Amino acid sequence: MLITTTKGIMDDSKLEKKEGSLDNDNEITTWVEYWLEGELVHRSVHVHLKKNVVAEGIQAMLA
Amino acid sequence: MSNTQAMCTSFKGQLLTATHNFGTAPTRGTTAADTFKAALYLASATLNASTTAYSATGEVSGTGYTAGGITVTNGTAPTTSGTTAYWTPSASLVYTTVTLTTAFDTVLNYNSTQSNAAVGVFTFGSQTVTAGTFTLTMPSNAAGTALLNLA
Repeated sequence: MLITTTKGIMDDSKLEKKEGSLDNDNEITTWVEYWLEGELVHRSVHVHLKKNVVAEGIQAMLA
Repeated sequence: MSNTQAMCTSFKGQLLTATHNFGTAPTRGTTAADTFKAALYLASATLNASTTAYSATGEVSGTGYTAGGITVTNGTAPTTSGTTAYWTPSASLVYTTVTLTTAFDTVLNYNSTQSNAAVGVFTFGSQTVTAGTFTLTMPSNAAGTALLNLA
């Protein structure tokens, strides 16, 4: 698979892949990194938001 | 029979479509929806409920990122359910092939049609992106979970 990196487009077979994730009350986040000889050359992140903003005080504001 | 004091749910929904005006407000020459945008902010920035409009102060910068952010896909009109009016962007926010090396943790949703007026500040865990894509997927578009809720 071809990966966009700081060195240009590279085949992932030449890169070390690292992945991670977290899941908390606010979000589910995953990320993938590709490293070339100890240098980070690609990092993508996907954040799935769980929390919103709620205007529960709207009646008070308009009263 | 008895009466119950309440704010009408239909009114809450109409607030999201600018039906009512209790004061001085922009004169609208069109019934079309406004354009909303999403800008990313550094973890060191100070956006909060007092933020009134988009500002470049504290905004991320880097290869592939344009100041002001990206346009929000608004394919689903606001609606109501129960006593809640709500709205959510109809697609994920995707910043493609960017390099943002200074940690960021916030996205500001703002109305670029109405003088960049702020809508909401949303935070997440601090991130960086290197020659990659940053994707923000929205919560479910339903009462209580939608990105904007007028409950």
